[in-house]
Amino acid sequence: MTALIEAEGLARVYRSRGGLFAPERALRAVDGVSFAIARGETLGLVGESGSGKSTTGRMVLGLEPCDAGAVRFAGAPMPPPGTAGWRSARARMQMIFQDPLGALDRRLPIAAQIREPLDIHSRHDLPTREARVRALLGDLGLSAELGRRYPHELSGGQRQRAVLARALATEPDFLVCDEPVSALDVSIQAQVVNLLVDLQAKLALTMLFISHDLRVVRQVSHRIAVMYLGRIVEVGDADDLFAAPAHPYTRALVSAAPAPAPGRRRAPRIVLSSDPPDPSARPTGCAFHPRCASAIARCRAETPALATIAPGRRVACHVVAGAGTHAPLGNAA
Amino acid sequence: MAPLVSITALTVAFQGVTVLHGIDLEIARGAALGLVGESGSGRSVTWLAALGLLPESAQVTGAVRLEGRDILGADEAVLDAVRGGRVAMIFQDPASALNPVLTIRRQIGESLARHRGLSGASLESEARRLLDLVGIADAARRLAAYPHEFSGGQNQRIMIAMALAGEPDLLVADEPTTALDATIQSQILDLIGRVRREREMALVLISHDLGVVAETCDRVAVMYAGRIVEQAPADDLFDAPLHPYTEGLVGALPPIEGARRRLTAIPGTVPDPKAMPPGCAFAPRCPAVRTACRAAPPSLREVRGGRSLACIREEETRDPPTFVEAAE
Amino acid sequence: MLRYLAVRVGRALVTIALVVTFAFVVLRLSGDPALIIMGPEAPPEVIAAFRKAWGLDEPIWRQYIDYFGAILQGELGRSMRDGRPAIALVAERIPATLALTIPALLLKLGIGLPAGIYAALHRGSAIDRAVMVAAVAGFTVPSFVLGLVLVLVFAVQLGWLPSGGQESWRHAILPIITLGTGGAAVLARFTRSAMLEVLGQPYIRTASAKGIPWRAVVTGHALPNAAIPTVTIIGFMVGTLIAGAVVVESVFSWPGVGRLLVVAVANRDLAVVQCILLLVAATMVASNLTVDFLYGFLDPRLRGARAGSH
Repeated sequence: MTALIEAEGLARVYRSRGGLFAPERALRAVDGVSFAIARGETLGLVGESGSGKSTTGRMVLGLEPCDAGAVRFAGAPMPPPGTAGWRSARARMQMIFQDPLGALDRRLPIAAQIREPLDIHSRHDLPTREARVRALLGDLGLSAELGRRYPHELSGGQRQRAVLARALATEPDFLVCDEPVSALDVSIQAQVVNLLVDLQAKLALTMLFISHDLRVVRQVSHRIAVMYLGRIVEVGDADDLFAAPAHPYTRALVSAAPAPAPGRRRAPRIVLSSDPPDPSARPTGCAFHPRCASAIARCRAETPALATIAPGRRVACHVVAGAGTHAPLGNAA
Repeated sequence: MAPLVSITALTVAFQGVTVLHGIDLEIARGAALGLVGESGSGRSVTWLAALGLLPESAQVTGAVRLEGRDILGADEAVLDAVRGGRVAMIFQDPASALNPVLTIRRQIGESLARHRGLSGASLESEARRLLDLVGIADAARRLAAYPHEFSGGQNQRIMIAMALAGEPDLLVADEPTTALDATIQSQILDLIGRVRREREMALVLISHDLGVVAETCDRVAVMYAGRIVEQAPADDLFDAPLHPYTEGLVGALPPIEGARRRLTAIPGTVPDPKAMPPGCAFAPRCPAVRTACRAAPPSLREVRGGRSLACIREEETRDPPTFVEAAE
Repeated sequence: MLRYLAVRVGRALVTIALVVTFAFVVLRLSGDPALIIMGPEAPPEVIAAFRKAWGLDEPIWRQYIDYFGAILQGELGRSMRDGRPAIALVAERIPATLALTIPALLLKLGIGLPAGIYAALHRGSAIDRAVMVAAVAGFTVPSFVLGLVLVLVFAVQLGWLPSGGQESWRHAILPIITLGTGGAAVLARFTRSAMLEVLGQPYIRTASAKGIPWRAVVTGHALPNAAIPTVTIIGFMVGTLIAGAVVVESVFSWPGVGRLLVVAVANRDLAVVQCILLLVAATMVASNLTVDFLYGFLDPRLRGARAGSH
């Protein structure tokens, strides 16, 4: 079965002056990222700031140029950004962002903004468009009355639903969500997450769900990819990954997610030594090695590639993939 | 033993709109209290009011006692000595909470000079010791640096060092890890816990993240729309929440392990302080609401097991409430 | 650092060159100096001779090249009215202008800064509102109107102060006040906004939460930050030390550079006008450069690359 979305070797490099004297620095925001998302599947992309997850999401949709690599949509290469082919492809793929207020036009009522994609892509005739807007409002739990209001008159959760409604107007096959619930209160987050899960099922949406919040990502995703400094370090089934994380970074991330479960946490929290490195001065070999308690000599020398360690699970780690016995680097945890 | 800090009937209003409706809280020496709630709950306002950090136009009434002495509305001189010297506060978003044009030495040194009378060489060595304590490498050189030269996590550590400079008895941490990455969050919480134990310092941890609070605090108070609705030892609160709002909050967290379940989504939104419903502020969203709930706001009463609860359902046995998601 | 400097200075020189070019072209396109200086009744041969003497019969681009070449050699031309070197004419007027603009600048700083800071610290109070109203009045009233009103009241009606000329220190009072008022008003408003912006920042609350007394928070934490944008405006005011008094000097018949400029333009006395403009551009540009460098001292964030988190 062809995957709906295939990303192959994506790379994005930002070049900047380092200051008055320093030479030009290259920041590899995304450094060789490949993944495939099957139709109807949700891939969660997890990472912290500097991991490159948001940049990857934008590259997949063509909102940022790829310095290397390519994206295929439904088996065909993505048209170059800005072309007419790309614009019409956009009707089939949409993106929602973290700040719903910023994503909405202050001067238009909600219903008009939800209808806009239909107008732009000249779908259906006017009465059908209006009907579709009404249906969307209903699906997303917004009353017709709310449709007549302006964004600033809505609450955060309502705005994010409006943004979702607009994204779904053209019945896209693919949706990229970049931190869609991070700015919302806990109880509103739950509302929107439930809604996303419902839509997933009802519309058989294919999604790329980007977030730093592990718990939310797990709720929504079938598979999860963990990114660190521009590379994917682990990919696997969502439940498996959280139950038994393999890569040392994933283990630290999972243990950092606080859980007020009855009986509290099973294992003590893993606290990483030192701070995340400057993305423009990445460590040699495995980018994580300076903070890794299991690092060995090879980790400093050679960047690990993603290797399958179990069915459906790939990890980019020399130690986990069985590099053999070598002297550990002795980083304290 | 008398509590270190005791807040009684603290009420705050801005231009006639009440945002805090009579808060009662007690912090014992060395204890850790978590203050949980969403936006508009008044968690930060409580402590800003207690320390006199609200703008002058705010109307604050009630009593805030530090070791028995009421500091609410005290002279600026008294408050200046308390702030940083007895009760220290750290805030969210450390990058903007530090002055961008002053060196770290200056910013930590200010507290050292003011609260411990240090200067010169002794100030320098103490500042270095504090930076080491919070895990900033190369402390001697870093004192001459500016906030923009550090990462978010490091800035928060510097804030903690600044807070500790005055050797306070109580640290109020207002969303200290919200703006930080998850792995850095662990580091900071770890640091706060360690420092607390070493100095036997009391802690108030304000957060919207129940998990963070559960792990770090002994007791937790849940606030909603300017009132405390439930207070209990941390374990008890999460294992068996009594107030429907608390139940909703606990259920809203996606589980990190085990089976996935539909999240508890409390319908509706937090009421606007200008248009508070009569009766219980949570009633419009509560699945177990009754007529009596809309009559008057329930008062915070003590219930079994060292807990308090502001809900008329108190001790009744009942099924967990089911939150139905309504169309808005 | 050297490269940074070189770039800024280079840009400054380009700016000056552009200003001079602009003036050069506009002046020559807007009237015939020969006619104006010699008078319309003069016989054509006289006018032609004049033009030839001053090189006005050459094509414009030729005049420009000659002029530019001359400037680079430090030769700034001569007045067409009396033949004296333009630079000498201008130089002898500078002290008179500075006698007005420097005290006026001190007045602007002395009134504007404290008023703005006070208003910000007492936002919403009666004084704040009074300061704001006064400030708006101060910069909306054109300086010549203010000057004339002051003359009317203090010189004509009350007879306390003289109305024009430069005979005594008393003659400077009204011009200085007129000159300083607008700037003080602008500075008050600007300083107020800068302070308000800073006072609303989280780090001010952190400083208070540390137990630093309010006065120390204002002087030690707020002012250093508010100084950054304020320095820009002050730099601009310093840049107008030479040229800023044109209107006021005319109203009060004060024999400074501004007055000279007005007369020279009316007479199309090209060299003098160009010399003054060159001077004005240079002053403004130098002042901006100084402000740029000052930023580096005031704002550590501008001083260079991030030191990194190691």
